[in-house]
Amino acid sequence: MGWTEKEQQDLEKILKKYPADRKLSAVLPALYLAQREKNWLDDDDIEAVAEALGIETTHVHSIIGFYTLFRKEPVGKYMMEVCTDLPCALRGAEDFFKRLCERMGLGPKGGTTEDNLFTVEEVVCIAACDKAPCMQINLEFFESLTDEQIDEVVAGLRAQASNNGA
Amino acid sequence: MANPLLKEHVLLRHRDIEDIHKIDVYLAHDGYRALEKGLKEMTPDDVTNVVKASGLRGRGGAGFPTGVKWGFIPKNLNPKYVVVNADESEPGTFKDREIMESNPHQFIEGVILCAYAVGAETCYIYGRGEFWTLFHGRMQEAIDEAYEKGFLGKNIFDTDFSCDMYLHLGAGAYICGEETALLNSLEGLMGQPRSRPPFPAVAGLYAKPTVVNNVETLANVTPIVLHGADWYRQFGTEKSPGTKICSLSGRVNRPGNYEVPLGTPIRYLIEELGGGIIDGKAVKAILPAGASSSNMGADKIDTPMDYESMAAAGGMLGSASFIILDETINAVWAAEKNVKFFKHESCGKCSPCREGTFWLTSVYRKLREGYGTKQDVELIETIINQMEGNCFCLLGEFVVPGVRTSLELFRNEYESLASEENEVDQPQKDLIHTFF
Ligand SMILES: Cc1cc2nc3c(=O)[nH]c(=O)nc-3n(C[C@H](O)[C@H](O)[C@H](O)COP(=O)(O)O)c2cc1C
Ligand code: SF4
Ligand code: FES
Repeated sequence: MGWTEKEQQDLEKILKKYPADRKLSAVLPALYLAQREKNWLDDDDIEAVAEALGIETTHVHSIIGFYTLFRKEPVGKYMMEVCTDLPCALRGAEDFFKRLCERMGLGPKGGTTEDNLFTVEEVVCIAACDKAPCMQINLEFFESLTDEQIDEVVAGLRAQASNNGA
Repeated sequence: MANPLLKEHVLLRHRDIEDIHKIDVYLAHDGYRALEKGLKEMTPDDVTNVVKASGLRGRGGAGFPTGVKWGFIPKNLNPKYVVVNADESEPGTFKDREIMESNPHQFIEGVILCAYAVGAETCYIYGRGEFWTLFHGRMQEAIDEAYEKGFLGKNIFDTDFSCDMYLHLGAGAYICGEETALLNSLEGLMGQPRSRPPFPAVAGLYAKPTVVNNVETLANVTPIVLHGADWYRQFGTEKSPGTKICSLSGRVNRPGNYEVPLGTPIRYLIEELGGGIIDGKAVKAILPAGASSSNMGADKIDTPMDYESMAAAGGMLGSASFIILDETINAVWAAEKNVKFFKHESCGKCSPCREGTFWLTSVYRKLREGYGTKQDVELIETIINQMEGNCFCLLGEFVVPGVRTSLELFRNEYESLASEENEVDQPQKDLIHTFF
């Protein structure tokens, strides 16, 4: 991929947080930076992170495998991560998730929409249990949702994407 | 919001004072006065001693006395680190998030006081990846404000003490809440637990002396230093002083965070603060510490919420994440949800946990889908017996009490899912193929 100038600056800022001989500590923040653009990491991204920190790509691969927020497969532009863990499930989150998948034209376990805009996924607790049903879209919280509210959010993001695309 | 048990909140002060997340508002309400007092009028040992005297215990789950922990930090080894556990991933827990979103300066002030007490000049706040927006927004802004006003950086209040504070995000792994896994993660490794000893106090981050404390724990330090130990001890019980934020979730009318003096009965939390059970139904079980807790039966509803009473009643206070099940909820389904959580989050390092959570998930699923037998119910017991005491870290051990008490209290629900017909109709071989 190669870092943009802005990313290069961000990377330098990140590295300043850790002792000079502890660059490895920056691996998660560097991966976030590399993933920010398209929501997943390809081989070039992984190599760029390894190179920036002076570490082996195999280590970067093992890190990506361990932490669920990093992805090596293409996903939608918007990651919709719906919590269906016990506290939320006690307040109807499982049905909410099922209905959402149906309206998005996806199977009961979620997946990516045909236009590659949205990936819908079930996740475990995201620390918003009092505001079920809840989800994160690209790590931003959406809480105490009704079907209508989330449909509106989705429609808004769709419109935004088609404006940008056009 | 009014809370009849507290005239003013000690921790959730934003509920009494609007916009306290802004530094000017915070400063107008005693903000950073504890830090000034600590740095100018107290030695580092004085600060540790007042925290010891307050009886404050860790709010991350284990309840270890905070001042005692600080006292373990060796004086002559440098550098030292303060690492704040803001991983908050236990299902049913959402209190640290509210503190950081709405009252961040009280927390930051507590972190700086901790650093001063133990002689650390660098603090890392490790948050779960899902706090990305919070850490790039409100929390970073609060830290920037603290730097601008000179509460962070070089020679704070013109003393010799300097302190830097950095935010660091994990990336989706519950195990990183375990303090040694957290330290590995912060070092850029996979978040798997370390063996102890050495303890983090001696060899923690980068093998240097390190204090690891929870967000809520450190938010308590600020009022303790400002008002003193006696003031703090007006709240709570002799052995569990202070107030505690309880995250209330599940089948109640008003889920949310509620700050109460330790020792308040669970009934008060559920009925008065939480507005009782949805549709006036009956409580079936209380999980007082998230997915990691045992099920307490409805007969335990009058238990005082302090560390000792909760343990005596067969539960634990933990991080006080009360998940409430009512009579409409199937106990096997609820236990299965938690077992699945742990299977998902097992770091895979040791086999009792990795294999145990795998087999538990499979047997639960088999039961729920109607293929279970009586032996499967016994198999669940066998699996948790083999896990108990044999896991490398507490994550694996946390699986056991929830499953065990679910079986103890609601065995009939398990057995009603098991059928003798399954024993003859379905050869085990096929079942293994279908389910495992
Ligand atoms: C599996 C596991 C998960 C944990 N998760 C958290 C967490 O999310 N936040 C937290 O503060 N402590 C968590 N802890 C407890 C920490 O290991 C540690 O005891 C705590 O951060 C110490 O801080 P305290 O003394 O202020 O409570 C967890 C422990 C285990 C075993
Ligand atoms: S018990 Fe073992 S496998 Fe489970 S999280 Fe701890 S170290 Fe990892
Ligand atoms: S269980 Fe859904 S946010 Fe906690």
